[in-house]
Amino acid sequence: MVEFVSNPHSRNMVRYAEERENVLVLSGDLTGSTEIAEFKEKLPERFVSMGMAEQNMLSWAGGLAREGYVPFVHTFAVFLYRRPFDQLSMSVAYPNLKVRLVGFLPGIMTPGGVTHQAIEDIAVLRGVPNMTILETGDATDVETVLDATDDIDGPVYIRMLRGKMPRLFPKDEPFKFNTARILNEGDDITVLSSGICTEEAMKAVELLKEKDVHVKHLHISTIKPFTDERVLQALKESKNVITMENHTTIGGLGTAVADMIAENGLPVKLTKVGIPDTYAHGASKEYLMRKYGIDALGLVRTIEDVLGKDFNISEEDIKVFDVKEEKEEIKETQLEAL
Amino acid sequence: MATATNTAMTQELSKLYDLEKMKKMAHGIRTRTLELTIEKNGCYLSQALSSADILSVLYGGLMKLGESEAPFVAPPFSGVPGKDNKDYVTGAAYNGPTGPGYDRLLISPAHYAVAVYAALVEAGRLSPESFKDFNVDGSRVEQIGAEHSPGFELTTGSFGQAISQAAGIAHARKMKNEDGRVFVFMSDGELEEGQTWEGIQAAVHYKLDNLVVYVDVNGMQYDGRTKDVMNIEPIDARIEGFGATCVKVDGHNTEELIKASFTPTEGQPLFVLCYTNPSQGIPELDYRKPKLHFVRFRDHELDTFKGILEDMKKGVR
Repeated sequence: MVEFVSNPHSRNMVRYAEERENVLVLSGDLTGSTEIAEFKEKLPERFVSMGMAEQNMLSWAGGLAREGYVPFVHTFAVFLYRRPFDQLSMSVAYPNLKVRLVGFLPGIMTPGGVTHQAIEDIAVLRGVPNMTILETGDATDVETVLDATDDIDGPVYIRMLRGKMPRLFPKDEPFKFNTARILNEGDDITVLSSGICTEEAMKAVELLKEKDVHVKHLHISTIKPFTDERVLQALKESKNVITMENHTTIGGLGTAVADMIAENGLPVKLTKVGIPDTYAHGASKEYLMRKYGIDALGLVRTIEDVLGKDFNISEEDIKVFDVKEEKEEIKETQLEAL
Repeated sequence: MATATNTAMTQELSKLYDLEKMKKMAHGIRTRTLELTIEKNGCYLSQALSSADILSVLYGGLMKLGESEAPFVAPPFSGVPGKDNKDYVTGAAYNGPTGPGYDRLLISPAHYAVAVYAALVEAGRLSPESFKDFNVDGSRVEQIGAEHSPGFELTTGSFGQAISQAAGIAHARKMKNEDGRVFVFMSDGELEEGQTWEGIQAAVHYKLDNLVVYVDVNGMQYDGRTKDVMNIEPIDARIEGFGATCVKVDGHNTEELIKASFTPTEGQPLFVLCYTNPSQGIPELDYRKPKLHFVRFRDHELDTFKGILEDMKKGVR
């Protein structure tokens, strides 16, 4: 039985700031939706309301950081890099300031549609010098990712999860910078997954064990820099690798892996699973993951293609491996304000 | 706008500030920039002509600055900020320490870099030779300054970002109960940027009365007159509408420029609109208006402007 945790970031942001007096939280008028209402209540003197003005918020954060504060800028991921990209680049990234960009609703997490879905954030931000990019995939990641930023002397962009989420990784194994989690060993094929796709990949890996297919599975949580020895080693040991991400197939995890393969001259074939170079639209996370094949079934089908086999697996077979504890009457995302 | 400066005000201010020195600095900024424009076959001359009096007031004693902490002779460019460049310092070191009690100056329109460098030379903070490094490959005395350039603390070649960063700094200083004002030098064209108004809105919201913004309203931008390209007037009413305090002065009047900084604000940021002339001191450039963004002399004009330069150096104009 998998443990489910509600709003881990909400508590963790408070805990983290209580232990570090120079931490500020900036809100772009999405305090409830980015889980900082608790912070505002508990540490009001360190909560800075910036309203709906993201260009100003990014530059303001740069000013605060120059004076020794560490601002954690909270808004939806899209509003951190699309609208204020120039400000992010010139007021934060160029001067290499300790500003933490906490981006919610990465990829297709929201029915808010194309304006709210950060599907190309990694592609855009990987090209920004000085930038570090982290992505969370479960409650343990969310509870420990902030601590992992302590020693990063420069801006950090975090793809953050909110609401109720499973604990996929042991509570006592915190998020480690530039270190993949090795979730399963196998010689038939290698899967590198990130963010919410890891949960899906874990289901597929378990299911495939029954079909005698053994997958080497790594959870990737540091997207930039992309120099993890564990990843390089896994690529060296593989003939076929599949990347799986909640992001377009251009410029994200898959492309980072492609760079690593090419730069090391490795004889491994890469297949990228992600949002296939398209904008998404307003629909539930589950619907969109199915549509774009970034769910467990989608991964199984891709593995079948790569290996040239048909395992005769149905959607019903996969449901057995669902980590959901119970069916929600109304999806939580449908209740969230956009 | 204030009328003729009255004698009593001048007498009062001259007890506190060296007005003659400030005026000489302004003349020096104009002269040095004209010389550079001739030598380098082009420069941002009009920006220096319009802002010379503002910058000379700020650097000439209005701002509380400590001794420069940077080399008098500007070293070559030494790399961009990043984890592999631990020794990086910003050009703010030319303005002295940034701690409690000191004022700060944040330059918003980086195209005014030549005027800032000239002001530093006039203030004895930068060597005249370094000024000649302007736009030389490998120099930090760049044509459009960035935060490694002398006098610069921010990277503001993309307009409208300094006010928000400066307000962030002013906000931080308030939270730390740190004395000292945060001066921003802005240009009027930047009032067309949306971020400027986001910044004013937030600076008013956080009652940043330690923020003082001097705006060089020279009425011109790249494409022509501001009123034709994108009207921004009435600037004072717009800024006051956002809740800040705003005063208008003759941007070439030293006394008015000083006095404006002491305008009572009742917990608000202060904006000083300095109405200026982008050919101030060199009326021979008037015929080019409103195309003064970058001045390059034509061959047949060179002798005329060289003559003007000699007269300016001799102090006969």
